[in-house]
Amino acid sequence: MLETVIPIAYALVSLAFLLSFWRLLRGPDAPDRILALDTLYVNTIALLVLLGIQLGSAIYFEAALLIAMMGFVGTVALCKYLLRGDIIE
Amino acid sequence: MIDILLSVLILTGAIFTFIGSLGLARLRDFYTRLHGPTKATTLGVGCLLIASAVYFSVREEGVSLHEVLVTLFLFITAPVSAHLLAKAALHLKVRSLVATPPDNDAPAE
Amino acid sequence: MRRLLPHPLLTVSLALLWLLLVNQLTAGHVVLGALLGWLIPFATSSFWPERIRIHHPLTLLRFLGVFVIDIVRGSFLVASLILKGPKRLRPAFVEVPLALETDLAIGLLANTISLTPGTVSANLSADKRTLIVHTLDTGDAAALVAEIKQRYEMPLKKIFEEGSE
Repeated sequence: MLETVIPIAYALVSLAFLLSFWRLLRGPDAPDRILALDTLYVNTIALLVLLGIQLGSAIYFEAALLIAMMGFVGTVALCKYLLRGDIIE
Repeated sequence: MIDILLSVLILTGAIFTFIGSLGLARLRDFYTRLHGPTKATTLGVGCLLIASAVYFSVREEGVSLHEVLVTLFLFITAPVSAHLLAKAALHLKVRSLVATPPDNDAPAE
Repeated sequence: MRRLLPHPLLTVSLALLWLLLVNQLTAGHVVLGALLGWLIPFATSSFWPERIRIHHPLTLLRFLGVFVIDIVRGSFLVASLILKGPKRLRPAFVEVPLALETDLAIGLLANTISLTPGTVSANLSADKRTLIVHTLDTGDAAALVAEIKQRYEMPLKKIFEEGSE
């Protein structure tokens, strides 16, 4: 059962990845691109989790956690930059 | 039994992740696009992470709950990023389908 | 007591976070987690000017239940709206007048709104009296405001602000 479900999930998440990437390239505004980047981080976490289940290895958890944290900090820093023109006030 | 539960969780997660990005690509203005990734994608990845937690708890001895940490983190940070992005978009006067409220964020102090 | 343990809730959450992070429940890690949970509030005390008080634990539990259900409901709603296509949407900005006063409660309300059906909080007015909310699909803005106030704001007010005035 899992052997058939995981490839389908891979396909769906990869499609999601491509759609977000398309939005990142197309824009049209800076907030759109940041939102696309943020979504790409989350999609990457989804791919990593799927990989972890498929390979039966818990080692990808740390990578997922780091991407989640760095992604959030990156998004906040970029938004701050748009709001103030400066990251550290 | 566990297999079916895992499959359902993984499929739901993947479908929600896909729909979130579909919304990001398909909808017409920034403020509506914001909804897809904030809710659908967050729940989708949450489902995948819970599937992972269940999988590792069943496969190995002892419970594996550290995936819950990433889930919690994502559910806490997603609305914060969304709020900041909306604030930034209002500040930059991004094109919207409907009238936008005034930007009350005074220029940098 | 107050000096020794300035933020008991923070201490407990930090210890739990540590146990989740190491993913083991051994006596050593429980002690280490408790130690970290006790020490970190001192190091970061300037970020926590006042102690968080929860007045009605039962209301908090019920609120969490409503919150989890609404996250799932909201995701299904947003998913179906996305699938129906952009032409059917009726997006709008709605102003929600706030009865909440503390920063913590307002922040929690804004986050709750963002995670629940069809709404994202977009901005807080400078005087912290109104929250601007963007909705994906509204027929009746007044009903939405009433629902937000009744469903999320009232319990939050009861949990974090009642009795503190």
